[in-house]
Amino acid sequence: MAEYSVFSLLKNALTGNKDWKPAWRKPDPKASYDVIVIGGGGHGLSTAYYLAKEHGITNVAVLEKGWLGSGNVGRNTTAVRSNYLLPANTRFYEHSMKLWENLSHDLNYNVMFSQRGCLNLAHTPAQLDDFARRGNAMRHLGVDAELMTTAEIARLVPALDVSATARFPIVGGLMQRRAGTARHDAVAWGYARGADRRGVDIIENCEVTGFLRDGDRISGVSTSRGEIRAKKVAVAVAGSTGQVMRLAGIDTMPIESHVLQAFVTESLKPFINTVLTFGMGHFYMSQSDKGGLVYGGDLDGYNSYAQRGSLPVVDEVMSEMLALFPGLARVRMLRSWGGVCDMSMDGSPIITTGPLPGMYLNCGWCYGGFKATPASGWCFAWTIAKDEPHDFNAPFTLDRFHRGLVIDDKGQGATPRLH
Amino acid sequence: MLITCPYCGPRDVIEFTYQGDGNRERPQPASQNLDAWNAYVYNRLNPAGDHNEIWQHSGGCRAHLRVVRNTLTHEVSSVAFARGDHKSAARHKAEGKP
Repeated sequence: MAEYSVFSLLKNALTGNKDWKPAWRKPDPKASYDVIVIGGGGHGLSTAYYLAKEHGITNVAVLEKGWLGSGNVGRNTTAVRSNYLLPANTRFYEHSMKLWENLSHDLNYNVMFSQRGCLNLAHTPAQLDDFARRGNAMRHLGVDAELMTTAEIARLVPALDVSATARFPIVGGLMQRRAGTARHDAVAWGYARGADRRGVDIIENCEVTGFLRDGDRISGVSTSRGEIRAKKVAVAVAGSTGQVMRLAGIDTMPIESHVLQAFVTESLKPFINTVLTFGMGHFYMSQSDKGGLVYGGDLDGYNSYAQRGSLPVVDEVMSEMLALFPGLARVRMLRSWGGVCDMSMDGSPIITTGPLPGMYLNCGWCYGGFKATPASGWCFAWTIAKDEPHDFNAPFTLDRFHRGLVIDDKGQGATPRLH
Repeated sequence: MLITCPYCGPRDVIEFTYQGDGNRERPQPASQNLDAWNAYVYNRLNPAGDHNEIWQHSGGCRAHLRVVRNTLTHEVSSVAFARGDHKSAARHKAEGKP
């Protein structure tokens, strides 16, 4: 593996940067593979990487209908955290956090993981009690969490309106110090490079148009670049899950696709050094290393496959931002965009064998898929390689809804737009 | 996005509350068919294209509406009152459905 290092940097600097090689090849698809992963986003690429690294399965193709990382891995607001209430979620996301903490080393690729913390603001004493409960649940499972007072919050985020006359006064908050952000494109590129160097074929512009069957077993896929056979076919297509599963003859899923918008402002000087969430609505914000404030809020709230949102949510998100930071009123928003989220019926993901023989399914990430990228791929690779789930993803089955074993962290019920 | 309420006329989407997939069929309240209940509560068609859905004009006349809307373009092609278009319990019974 050609390493990126200070020595290779120096050597290439002295030789005019002529010798850098592309980070991954652009191979044509072979006739067959051991494993096909449908979806070249973060989860598909990390699945391929861990199949090769942890399980020695290198005869793998990742099929991506567009270009690599063109979906949600490049559209999210980059927050990484493991501050969940329910044990199944906490264990899984904490495993992800531990993989994040070593990811740049592991991939030999700087994913710019920055543990700047994630602070959930509480605006009522009852909400602070609820946060204390969640913090205790996290600490019980070995995850860091601490309650912060309003004075501590004011020192950490000086621009915040912490006055008693604020529209929603801040009474405290729950902080996870190990949480933070990562450079989302680098995560896709790093996993792609790591998988490619281990022999995985990453095939872009290759849309799956159907599934091949051998009896009742899935034995490959037909694509816009021809038929490709495989012993195992893994699906990791996020918002397109319903569409891809329909190609396999499965018409209904416990998933609705919704659009989530994200926004970035013009670059500012250092303004906020943590990931901040608003407790009286749905708003989260961090500052990128380039200086832009990166933020978002709620889903648009109705089924959508359009990778763009509508104005009412833009208006709502901006008003929430100004409720917290009146001083940002004159900052200009540079860009907004939308991603299609696979909203599950309990707000938790699905990583499982099946539902058809020869098939494996990874979906239901709602709008929390980015932070899960390492553990999702790690657990999915385990599930594919061993034909059974790891303990970390054993609760995330597809049939849990019908068996009454939902994992509903927010207690919201089967109303996907509210998770 | 505008939805043309059959009672109030064209109104902005912020006046409406989305109530989800209109294709689902609720079993009779006394039904003990777990598969039918599970399918009703959890399973969705989630199409990319025309979607049959229920909205309420909660910021207007409060009528429940059956809307056909394209999930790729957000174009609304039909809006009608939802009242009376569900299969009645009596008809369920006649058809022997759960």
